[in-house]
Amino acid sequence: MKFGVIIFPASNCAEDCYYVLSSLLNQNTKYFWHKSSEAIDTDVVILPGGFSFGDYLRCGAIARFSPVMERVIEFAGKGGLVIGICNGFQILTESGLLPGTLMKNTCLKFICSPQYLKVENNYSVFSKKYNSGDVINCPIAHNEGNYFADENTINKLEKNNQILFRYCDENGNVNDSTNPNGSVNNIAGIINIKGNVLGLMPHPERSSEKILLCDDGIKLFKSIIEFYN
Amino acid sequence: MFKANIYVTLKKSIFDPQGKAAENSLVTLGFKNIRNTRIGKFIEIELDENDKNIASEITKEMCEKLLVNFNIETYRFELEEI
Repeated sequence: MKFGVIIFPASNCAEDCYYVLSSLLNQNTKYFWHKSSEAIDTDVVILPGGFSFGDYLRCGAIARFSPVMERVIEFAGKGGLVIGICNGFQILTESGLLPGTLMKNTCLKFICSPQYLKVENNYSVFSKKYNSGDVINCPIAHNEGNYFADENTINKLEKNNQILFRYCDENGNVNDSTNPNGSVNNIAGIINIKGNVLGLMPHPERSSEKILLCDDGIKLFKSIIEFYN
Repeated sequence: MFKANIYVTLKKSIFDPQGKAAENSLVTLGFKNIRNTRIGKFIEIELDENDKNIASEITKEMCEKLLVNFNIETYRFELEEI
């Protein structure tokens, strides 16, 4: 299976993604520079975390107009699998591939912390290796992770099972006290209506091997590989 | 030539924790009779354009395409001849 990892100026998680896919999972992996206008010729493309273009104006707002994004939009339109992690999620919302906006955390602090997530369902290509209701550990590191969308959009996300991950505690409790950043309904990750685009604020690539104390994140990538095979 | 003074603000329905934190600090400083502190962005852009209507259209397009996120923000602008 072929994976692509996009590098924007100031992406800082591209190598982590590349390492997990190529070294831990033995997948054919390549980078795309943000100025690339070549067609995406992989099966999956990942928009990694970081601070693209210094987070100037709004997180992801400038990266959204990098030439590679036209190709990513085209790729997603044809059903290609797209994952946006952290800043990648912000770029996906700015580009309209996913609904909503990631606003400043309500606590006004950059949060860098281990985080429990509830896997809402395993119907998705991105969550097949989990069980519905699993509580996983996947760290967060962001200043703008407060997911917001209008009521109508949130209702649609809920109704169509598009919310894949929610912030919770170790027992799976989802409420205001287990919400680190103010996200509506504790939303940590969503998919688009077609199910081929995933955006999430937590970092599965930083929790993909035991040496990092937790490897819950690797199942996300394994889900895709299993689906493909 | 014109200079566009663009004000980008959060929609009224959006909670602004930054405004709230600034307001709390102002209250601590003794400014007790204040409320609804909101923090936005102010953007200045010089346009090499002599027709005010065209300058206005260009500014609007820039706001809609990049400068404003309509999920959470709204905007207004003034054009100043320079």
